[in-house]
Amino acid sequence: MPLRLYRVDDRLIHGQVVVGWGRPLGLEFIVLVDDQVRASDWEQDLYRMGVPAGVEVIFASVSEAVAALPAWQRDQRRGLLLTADIESMLALRESHPSVDPINLGGLHHRPGRSERLPYLYLSDEELARLQGVARSGTAVVAQDVPTAPAVDVKALGS
Amino acid sequence: MSDVPLRGVVAGHGPLARALVEAAETISGVTGALTAVTNTGCDRALIEQRVVQAIGDSPAIVFVDMPTGSCFFAAMQAARASARIKVVTGVNLAMLVDFVFHRDLALPEAAERAARTGATAIRLP
Repeated sequence: MPLRLYRVDDRLIHGQVVVGWGRPLGLEFIVLVDDQVRASDWEQDLYRMGVPAGVEVIFASVSEAVAALPAWQRDQRRGLLLTADIESMLALRESHPSVDPINLGGLHHRPGRSERLPYLYLSDEELARLQGVARSGTAVVAQDVPTAPAVDVKALGS
Repeated sequence: MSDVPLRGVVAGHGPLARALVEAAETISGVTGALTAVTNTGCDRALIEQRVVQAIGDSPAIVFVDMPTGSCFFAAMQAARASARIKVVTGVNLAMLVDFVFHRDLALPEAAERAARTGATAIRLP
């Protein structure tokens, strides 16, 4: 059973992930791919506190995730993979075209970024890169929670 | 006893923190003791920046809405960096109203009192 969702969200594990997506998807495990969190036991403990009992959280660096992704995709449990940034998700997708669709769940304001949706700020370069990925055949969709409209990244104006 | 009055920072999702602070001020008549921080529009770093800015130089309790998520994470990061900060989760109006009248307590004592007061307010009458 493939992973149910490949999500980019700069808040990583939080309410929208655990409740908004976690409940309807019936998540049984979350893979958090982030080099910084992978290196910090303290941060991992905090993120573990945010998930219901019975949901496993797996922490991985980007390079570890590239190696382990096929095993997670074969896992019979319902899972979600999460990165905090576009770069990490596209690195996974580069190695594994099966990373599809990509969900843009929350990227917030930073210098150089502009608002595309209330929960999605992207620089022109980031938008162009994501649209390029979408044109190559991978679905790239913005949607913060399942009850919100899904917006194809190709429809976002630059 | 705290040398300076403790500061209270309420960090929550959307408009929740602002509403709690306004309600606590209305009930207690005490203004300026609590500062609201919202996570709206913030990534993790910006929420933490807002929390630290709201704390300022005083010893403080950061009240967060849920024991998980972006506000909790930011508060815990701030508390990890400073012994002058304690975090209390599950903020409710009862604990805030009580807190503004007990800002002279030592920080650990005030945090324990807030948690106890908040829990006591949850009942099945």
